[in-house]
Amino acid sequence: MHDRLVGIGSGPLDLDEVVRQVSGAGAAHGAVVTFIGTVRGENAGRRVLWLEYEAYDELALNAFRSILKEARQHWPTARVAFRHRTGRVGLGEPSVVIAAASPHRAEAFAACRYVIERIKQVAPVWKREFFDGGDSWIEGATARPDDEGAREEAFRRACG
Amino acid sequence: MRVRVRLFARLREIAGSDELPLDVPEGATVEDVWERLAAAHPSLAAHRRSVSAALNAEFARMHTRVGAGDEVAFLPPVSGG
Repeated sequence: MHDRLVGIGSGPLDLDEVVRQVSGAGAAHGAVVTFIGTVRGENAGRRVLWLEYEAYDELALNAFRSILKEARQHWPTARVAFRHRTGRVGLGEPSVVIAAASPHRAEAFAACRYVIERIKQVAPVWKREFFDGGDSWIEGATARPDDEGAREEAFRRACG
Repeated sequence: MRVRVRLFARLREIAGSDELPLDVPEGATVEDVWERLAAAHPSLAAHRRSVSAALNAEFARMHTRVGAGDEVAFLPPVSGG
């Protein structure tokens, strides 16, 4: 499921695709920053085997569009695209890819960081960790997109 | 009136279903839908404080009114990325 700049679904992610979307011919940006979130082999002292991601696709797309809108308000010159993967994702494989382009590097770095922080705060996506000896749902933030404090925290980290 | 409830991740597993119809009175809120759901699946009740909600694929507050045929989703704490 995707529209032009954001997407969610099963199947491997392609970083080049989001890079192309933000930095195609004619877009004479000075900087493109990318982020790839990959599956870590260790978590909370456990050896991770793989992750399974579940999402509420329709809501995730709406949430993703809102995140883009927020990023645009903070960094009007930045252009951002990203994708999140669902289903089984193996060790070291990407679960999320983000590309941010802007005339200068500061905005591109900040927008890219802001987007991953907001994804973690509000995207209706859940990971289930399969490890040696069992599996468990990972639960992080309670998703409240209008929580001003969370938005400010994401902005602070982006500018840190 | 009838609404369609969608559940995800841990909540889905507790209820044993990712989607179920639920009858609620006219004028019911998202909170009322949750109450009805938790009455049918008591082990969900303990999750009330960490749950967020969506109405027709938009985030919603618990006091938001629902209408016939609406899709009401309950979301455990998220862990994307």
